[in-house]
Amino acid sequence: MNKHRQRKLITMMSVVLMLSLAAGLILYALKQNINLFYTPTQLIEAKVAPTQICRVGGYVKKNSVQFDASGQSVAFIVTDKQRDILVRYHGVLPNLFREGQGVVMTGQLNAEHVFIASDILAKHDEKYMPASVAKALQKIPGASAS
Amino acid sequence: MWDWLKQNGLSPKSFYRTSGLCLPWLTVLFLGCAGFGLIDGLYIAPADYQQGDGFRIMYVHVPSAFAAMAVYFAMAICAVLTLVWRVKLAAVCMSCSAPIGASFTFLALVTGSIWGKPMWGTWWIWDARLTSVLILFFLYMGFIALQSILAEQHYRDRACALIALVGVINLPIIHYSVIWWNTLHQGPSISQLAKPAIAPSMLYPLLAMIAAFFLFYLSVLFMRMRNQILLREKHTHWVREVVLS
Repeated sequence: MNKHRQRKLITMMSVVLMLSLAAGLILYALKQNINLFYTPTQLIEAKVAPTQICRVGGYVKKNSVQFDASGQSVAFIVTDKQRDILVRYHGVLPNLFREGQGVVMTGQLNAEHVFIASDILAKHDEKYMPASVAKALQKIPGASAS
Repeated sequence: MWDWLKQNGLSPKSFYRTSGLCLPWLTVLFLGCAGFGLIDGLYIAPADYQQGDGFRIMYVHVPSAFAAMAVYFAMAICAVLTLVWRVKLAAVCMSCSAPIGASFTFLALVTGSIWGKPMWGTWWIWDARLTSVLILFFLYMGFIALQSILAEQHYRDRACALIALVGVINLPIIHYSVIWWNTLHQGPSISQLAKPAIAPSMLYPLLAMIAAFFLFYLSVLFMRMRNQILLREKHTHWVREVVLS
């Protein structure tokens, strides 16, 4: 490889490297904004203001789902295996909603620290979700995957 | 050795000849893989325990998303070959790959959206994976747009190569988005082949479909490249011979 081409190659690689570094720093700075949802632990520790609308994601706790008499309102506990949050929701649930399933909910905490969900999405986990929940748990300092 | 390769193996003329010999085989292989993948995936593979038959859309979604990223990576390699070594064939390959990669990206976005509505409960969500793939689509579109506004061949190739090279930063972001951030999109399944995340009866048609998508890419790429080579080299003696014979 002659000198001219070598210099060109090195220049180009360093430009790509610098741009990656810039992109990496931007993404790192915006980390919490890029995350789609809070885990229950993050929500409790972040002390989100009661009026602030946010997304929370976690597992539907086993044996916690309770429908009211009309069958249209539901209350359940969502957990990341560290902290639990009581959720109330009025509306149609996605087909994949069930106990033990991953869910991502939009809504806000009320004064009693109950999460009033306005929208519920099922996070399809099958065999992959346990790994990503474990990863979400690892991101919380001091937490151990149980 | 490199000079020899550039003179002989990588010259447009010899590529035109070799690709002509490869094309029928590529097409036959593609049809075989696609036939096996589609029949096995759509009829024989068992329905998923949670999603029922809805999971079968992954036999199009996963290969197209995979191929979309691989095609962009191939374009980035061609960009380096174009910018540093001025390999004519690399510039042709790069510009011919773009519309195919863009179609794969579009297909991945559309099939994902169609799957997302019944499974997640939404057509679209601005999570890291979906957004970064949308950016990949825009990169392809930018590449194609730039290609069509620049008239002069030499500048066009170099400007497009720059876009392809800069956009390659997006590829690791797409791949790791589901690991670095909380997303609605599930994590990778193919890279976990060691501990099976998909039952073998569902996995084999998926692998066949991935092979089929790559063979499809190569077949269409070769056809497009042959056309563009004839166009670019239209003033040379050998093209006149090929066209007139």
